[in-house]
Amino acid sequence: MTISRRNFLKVAGAAGGVLLSGGNRPAHAVTAPQTSEGGVEFNGMLIDTTKCIGCRACEEACNEANNLPKPKVSFSTESVFEQKRDTTPEVFTVVNRFPNEKKPDQPIFVRKECMHCNQPACASACLCRAMEKTKEAAVIYHKDRCMGCRYCMIACPFDIPKFQYDSPTPYVWKCIFCNERQQRGEQPACSEACPTGATLFGKKRDLLEIARTRVYGEQDRYVQHIYGEHEVGGTGWLFLLGAPAEKLGLKTNLGTTPYPELTAGFLYGVPLVFVLWPSLLIGLNYLIKDTKESDKKEATHGEAE
Amino acid sequence: MAKQSNVAAAPAGGAPTFGQVARETIRFFLSELKPKGKMLTPFNIITGGIILAGLVMIVIRFAFGLSSVSNLSQNYPWGIWIGFDVVTGVAFAGGAYVLCFVVHILKIKKFEPIVRVTVLNGFLAYVFYAGALLLDLGRPWNVINPIIGNAFGLSSVLFLVAWHFLLYMICEFLEFSPVVAEWLNWPKARRILMGLSTGAVIFGITLSTLHQSGLGALFLLAPSKIHPLWYSHNIPVMFFVSSVFAGLSMVMIESFFTQKAFKDRIGHELHAAHDSILLGLGKGAVGALFAYIFIKLIDFVHYKLWVHLATPMGYWYLFELVGFVLLPTALFLKAIWDRNPRLVQFTAFLTAAGVILNRLNVSVIAFKWYETVRYYPSWMEIWVTLAIISMELWVFRWVINRMPVFGEEHEVVEEKTAEDLEVITWKA
Repeated sequence: MTISRRNFLKVAGAAGGVLLSGGNRPAHAVTAPQTSEGGVEFNGMLIDTTKCIGCRACEEACNEANNLPKPKVSFSTESVFEQKRDTTPEVFTVVNRFPNEKKPDQPIFVRKECMHCNQPACASACLCRAMEKTKEAAVIYHKDRCMGCRYCMIACPFDIPKFQYDSPTPYVWKCIFCNERQQRGEQPACSEACPTGATLFGKKRDLLEIARTRVYGEQDRYVQHIYGEHEVGGTGWLFLLGAPAEKLGLKTNLGTTPYPELTAGFLYGVPLVFVLWPSLLIGLNYLIKDTKESDKKEATHGEAE
Repeated sequence: MAKQSNVAAAPAGGAPTFGQVARETIRFFLSELKPKGKMLTPFNIITGGIILAGLVMIVIRFAFGLSSVSNLSQNYPWGIWIGFDVVTGVAFAGGAYVLCFVVHILKIKKFEPIVRVTVLNGFLAYVFYAGALLLDLGRPWNVINPIIGNAFGLSSVLFLVAWHFLLYMICEFLEFSPVVAEWLNWPKARRILMGLSTGAVIFGITLSTLHQSGLGALFLLAPSKIHPLWYSHNIPVMFFVSSVFAGLSMVMIESFFTQKAFKDRIGHELHAAHDSILLGLGKGAVGALFAYIFIKLIDFVHYKLWVHLATPMGYWYLFELVGFVLLPTALFLKAIWDRNPRLVQFTAFLTAAGVILNRLNVSVIAFKWYETVRYYPSWMEIWVTLAIISMELWVFRWVINRMPVFGEEHEVVEEKTAEDLEVITWKA
């Protein structure tokens, strides 16, 4: 029996979408947008885990580009791979090492940083638009607006925003896709520094074509899954996998519904309640007042007789 | 209308000057600010100590950041200051909108004697527990951004909740303000404020519906993080429905304590009707509990929750549901059947414990249940929470001891005179 990958994904995506949306909305899985609302092509990043050699040049470039504090151990220290590392308020991207079951002598390196979702949960969660999706795809942070409520951290399916708990004037930090460099027409620091092409910057539509070509062309090398193509409605960063996602520390239970839609239904209900409740309550108020008054009148009338 | 005045009477003959009135008012405020009764009671010593130490911790928190007092981490951005103080505290404040609906809209007079104290309780709960949010915010001075700024996060449930907190506090203050006017002996202001109260009640119920459910809707954005037994598309509805019995339970618990602590402040009317009021509140609570159980049942079937039951989290879920939802429902029913107000009151405590458990489960305990290093509150987080509760109790006591919250005699007399006057003018 053969099921084509595309059909499988369609069915799986549709099933996942239906499950997550409670069955009342069509699935979005197969139509993740490649452009912002104004029709501007999204930029993206393609991470090929089979090409990454764990040199951490991206980490170093990121550190410099964002003027972050220098780490205690140098970027060439290999012992950092002994533990799984997470991003912090001072580290916006990390490379982690995972064992390769097919080729034990070639471990797989996977980067972790903001995925720059097409429809970011953090931006929809933020009550003062401190997190914002630019039309070019970067999810950026306006630190002057932020009130430090950390709802973005609750909402982010990838646990990316990091908060400065040890500061009396804290901010939330994360990768912002080198937005300023992009505005200047440069590519992000990490992809520029990558010596192997494992981190590739470009238009997301093009990157997706490259990703598909690689996955179709080299079926032994890649898992048949472009991570980020459908996850949470599509992300700006795409991952080509040398091993199944769950073995590379990537979350596989996120579904394909864009996160803002999880609360959209509730928010649509708000104006309805605002119109219906007062009208019903005012009506009820008059109705009962009226009933009580006519009851009283009847009672006094009865007494008089 | 001859009436003893709280503010020292104006000199006989001739209108008092503005300066005189201002001076008298200030003197009145100063005299009212003084504590009444004994200072060194066990309650005062214990809560006073908690408040003082709590204030020190709050200073430390603002000087050195959240990590200096709390166990919050990158994995657990929200702890008990949100999960208990705000999310649970606001649920318990739900009694105010429920009773306002019953008394002011449905015009069920029976519950009138407890409306004022419930509204006061609700208002203070918002001021203190939603106020506790400021401690948890990293940059609390920016809290006004979504209110005044150019940064309206219209797609955010939290934006809605923030606005509603603000507006609802104003509504509750308006609902309570006639009491303040009575205390200050400003009959004119009282009449104007009474005129506003129906509007405030209607607006308040609408706002409450939306932000009680909105608090639940906040967690809709964490489907992969909250255990499937607690994550549901119905969280908003469940939060709303449970705020009804949470609020009513809190009214019963509050009356349990005020009946003892403020014996001399409670009017005859309330005293006589107390048991019947309790039974009525129990009936309301049990209705809401049934609705809640029904939604839980729908979820149980829709999400096929039985597959999770035979796990540690499943036992915890059953513990919450059987021990603190089904059992209280049964006890309320028995209490109403036996007309046993004491059992109603006891069950209210059980119900409230269940609401605390549920809110903490959604926001803290079942949140990222899969992590190896879990969040648990630091002793200072708990201490500050106790300090906030203590502060609220102090303010509550201060108000009860000064303002006619429990529907005292003179207020009733005044209302009658006003009615009589109307009748007289109408007859004439």
